[in-house]
Amino acid sequence: MRIKLEKRAEPSRFMLFATPVAAVVFTILIGAVLFDALGYDGLGTVKEIFFTPILASYKWQDVATKAAPLILIALGLSLGNQAKVWNIGAEGQYIAGALAGALVAYLTPGVASHWIIIPMVIAGVLGGAAWAAIPAFLKTKLNVNEVLTSLMLVYVALQLLSYLVTGPWKDPNGHNFPQTAPFTDAQLLPHSIAGTFIPPGLVIAFVLMLAFWLVVSRSVYGFQVRVVGAAPSAARYAGFSANGTVWSTLLISGGMAGLAGILEATSQLGQLNLGFPSNYGFTAIIVSFLGRLHPVGVFIAGIVLAITYVGGQVAQTTVHVPSASGGIFQALMLFLILAGDVLVRYRLVLK
Amino acid sequence: MTMDFIISAIVTVVGISTPILLAATGELVVEKSGVLNLGVEGMMLIGAITGFAVTFTTFNPWLGVIAAAAAGAAVSMVFGVLVLSLGSNQVATGLALAILGIGLSTLIGAGFTGMIVPQFSSIFPSVLSHDPFWRVIFGYSPMVYIALAIIFAVGWVLNYTRAGLVLRAVGENDLSAHSIGYSVIGIRYMAIAFGGAMAGIAGSYFSMVITPMWAERMTAGRGWIALALVVFAGWKAGRLVIGAYLFGALMTLELYAKASGFQFLPSQFWASMPYIMAIVVLAVISYRDRTGSEAPACLGKPFLPNS
Amino acid sequence: MTLMNRRNFIKTVSATIALPAMAAKSFGADTLKVGFAYLGPVGDFGWTWAHDKGRKFMVDQLGGKVVGDYVENVAEDASAVPVIRDLAQSGHNLIFTTSFGYMDQTIQVAKDFPKVMFEHCTGFKRADNVSTYNSRFHEGRAVLGTIAGMMTKTGTIGYLGSFKVPEVVMGVNAFTLSAQAVNPNVKVKLVMIDSWFDPAKEAAATETLANLGCDIITSHTDSPATLQVCEQKKLYGFGQGADMSKFAPNAHLTAIEDIWGPYYLSRANAMLDGSWKSTDTWWGFKEGSVVISPYNAAMPKEVAAAADKIQAGWKDGSYNVFTGPIADQSGAEKVAKGVVMADGDLAGIDWFVKGVEGA
Repeated sequence: MRIKLEKRAEPSRFMLFATPVAAVVFTILIGAVLFDALGYDGLGTVKEIFFTPILASYKWQDVATKAAPLILIALGLSLGNQAKVWNIGAEGQYIAGALAGALVAYLTPGVASHWIIIPMVIAGVLGGAAWAAIPAFLKTKLNVNEVLTSLMLVYVALQLLSYLVTGPWKDPNGHNFPQTAPFTDAQLLPHSIAGTFIPPGLVIAFVLMLAFWLVVSRSVYGFQVRVVGAAPSAARYAGFSANGTVWSTLLISGGMAGLAGILEATSQLGQLNLGFPSNYGFTAIIVSFLGRLHPVGVFIAGIVLAITYVGGQVAQTTVHVPSASGGIFQALMLFLILAGDVLVRYRLVLK
Repeated sequence: MTMDFIISAIVTVVGISTPILLAATGELVVEKSGVLNLGVEGMMLIGAITGFAVTFTTFNPWLGVIAAAAAGAAVSMVFGVLVLSLGSNQVATGLALAILGIGLSTLIGAGFTGMIVPQFSSIFPSVLSHDPFWRVIFGYSPMVYIALAIIFAVGWVLNYTRAGLVLRAVGENDLSAHSIGYSVIGIRYMAIAFGGAMAGIAGSYFSMVITPMWAERMTAGRGWIALALVVFAGWKAGRLVIGAYLFGALMTLELYAKASGFQFLPSQFWASMPYIMAIVVLAVISYRDRTGSEAPACLGKPFLPNS
Repeated sequence: MTLMNRRNFIKTVSATIALPAMAAKSFGADTLKVGFAYLGPVGDFGWTWAHDKGRKFMVDQLGGKVVGDYVENVAEDASAVPVIRDLAQSGHNLIFTTSFGYMDQTIQVAKDFPKVMFEHCTGFKRADNVSTYNSRFHEGRAVLGTIAGMMTKTGTIGYLGSFKVPEVVMGVNAFTLSAQAVNPNVKVKLVMIDSWFDPAKEAAATETLANLGCDIITSHTDSPATLQVCEQKKLYGFGQGADMSKFAPNAHLTAIEDIWGPYYLSRANAMLDGSWKSTDTWWGFKEGSVVISPYNAAMPKEVAAAADKIQAGWKDGSYNVFTGPIADQSGAEKVAKGVVMADGDLAGIDWFVKGVEGA
């Protein structure tokens, strides 16, 4: 008996929705077996990683806090991925956005009005977009692969952050530790919206999810992005500019990453230091694929990934698995969702 | 500056460049076949822990290196099956491989922290390997010569043999290679396995040659520099060697500058140089040749013969 | 690979779904739960490894009276807050946060848990339920400096640092001043590698220092890389954080061992007998937080005697390496003759003493 792949005439709608769910379920099952085989409490591990964060209400705020930047970044990345523009440098744009926002804060320590948040956030968006403009420029002018350039720029951004917090922006009252001065009260957003567990970033992510949904499903631009990705020659025929799509998707995804960066800095950390980069930009790529590049899917996938982060930390204290476990579960999930893709386009036939 | 001083500096540069060169050589072959595998860092760490663990158990570093290569190749097959047989996205799959390798090496390595292993002995007589002058040629770990032999073999195969021609054809135009009867998928599988094996060996260089020990994430991001190096070299084997030693020389130069109290640019500038240089080179070669033909034309694209 | 049959499968699924949140395991009412937040992996064989050894010591000493849990690889960003809060919420009454970067996060969480006691390592912000603690590693550096100053033949000693933070600067200065005390012409070449952990770069930096004429090289980073290179090059070096003689039996002169166990034990005991108070603790040789490993047999007797004397001096308070006159790199006097630098000045120090070259 052999299993053969047979191409479907049309992508399966059912599989499109079923495979992400199946990926999560299989991650849980494989994870349980794997961790048991490695000598840990497999069931306990998956319970803590996937279920405790949902069941324990006091963990909701942590999940929401982790989910906000992931969703914001992944919304932008999904748009580009639909056009087959692969921005994998969101981590760098996230840092660049935070730096640009912090620059505004750094220049305006005396401003006591909360309105200063607005220019900070705008600067964050622009900073992220500017960092993404470099690969966009190189791609459209010189046909340079954006995967490579955006990835390289992550490491340049990391060094830039390191330079600023150990050098010119170092807090003079910080006992010489590598960090900027804390933002002033006016420059800070609250950790969460008063009376709730929801961080401001998640509200913005929700609103933007609706906006992206509208754009992707209802606007000509959303159509253009999909056509450029799926059928470049048809797109040319229809008069859609491939270069314009590269520019717009990279600027939008960079801007979203920058927005996530400055919101994280001003609502959660309250300053910048060497520990600021947290790999959200890379994890958001998993979120984007797990969410099937759809804004609503991305929102849900962002929460699922946030759950594995939070749960991974819980599992360390309760079932004593190493911190690397969370990463293994995330990688497994991404492998399975990518493998599941094949079922959308093909059917399995037994011969 | 004495001869001895210069020779010592060269020895340092060669030592620090070798693992990057090893990993980049593997990735070069992978990319030449039209596949982009971003999981180098993860495969290196798998190689580092496997090489260490096997050497620790067998007391034989040669077995350790072979095991590291095998482990690197094995873990790269996860990537291979996904992107080749199931047609999944290469960028995302490669990143997942990097995450998996970092996590898995940590889990496997938990019991090996603080252990020590026997080291390679020199393959040349001590008269040569410890000679103040001749050590510049004979004074390295055997892995250094293996790395050089492999890169020269790869360069030769790529440029002067039929196998290399086929590999490049698969990377440049998979559909025509397919139509004249070559197995695009089969060739790419082999390229990915080779890339994994090389990354594995590169990882074992950290845990067995530079510092014979195991520590989590001990490759400290060299896998990403290897990716930058392939780009910097413009997908050419000869430039890969030059680029690897140039990257190593830059880092060493910075260390000398610091130790001599001579520092006219912040160290972060130097640390970001490999990446900036890779971007600049990429831009320059693309500017010279608007078709971007230096990069394999099919790089990162799935092979879809029926669509 | 375990095959999963249908029955197992169903068992797994139902167990996974049916399990209630039973995070709060039942311990005796008098069991003290102690939580630790670690910066690195427990397997780093450096900073976090030493803290974890201290945790194990505390647990061993107190038998069944205490449980010690930890979370490793906690990023020094906003995500440290949920980790620390989680430790507090899951019944840990005493929580150690073991890196500088958790300072504000610790203070923030402590506000919400007035009944939980927190201890932040290397920081300077305290509250009614937040103590701070650190070790006087620079006391140990003065012993290493004395040994290096007496044993160097070239008169040039290498020093490999991570970042220019007070902890490192203090160590460099203590090392240099003590070396100069026994060998006035000694020079210390300093290289910062901008990382706490990067064995390949540490190895390259060590080779660089050796090539620049250093015959003894010490390090303030987290791996034994420096020692391993010294061993290959037949130079001398020192272990950092733990006895690393296993990695370099000939090169390893001695090591500064970070011993957190006694402090963790004393604080856990304070919790058990109800005497815990917010304090700022900075222990050294006297209290057993800083320990010098057994000397290498190759070390001459008079060097060992001098090193012992420094240790004894720290213990009985008759010696302090930061006693003036001390000049900075430019030669300007920073501490006047006979004056001992205050702890507060040390804690924020950002200048190197005369005789330090590089960085």
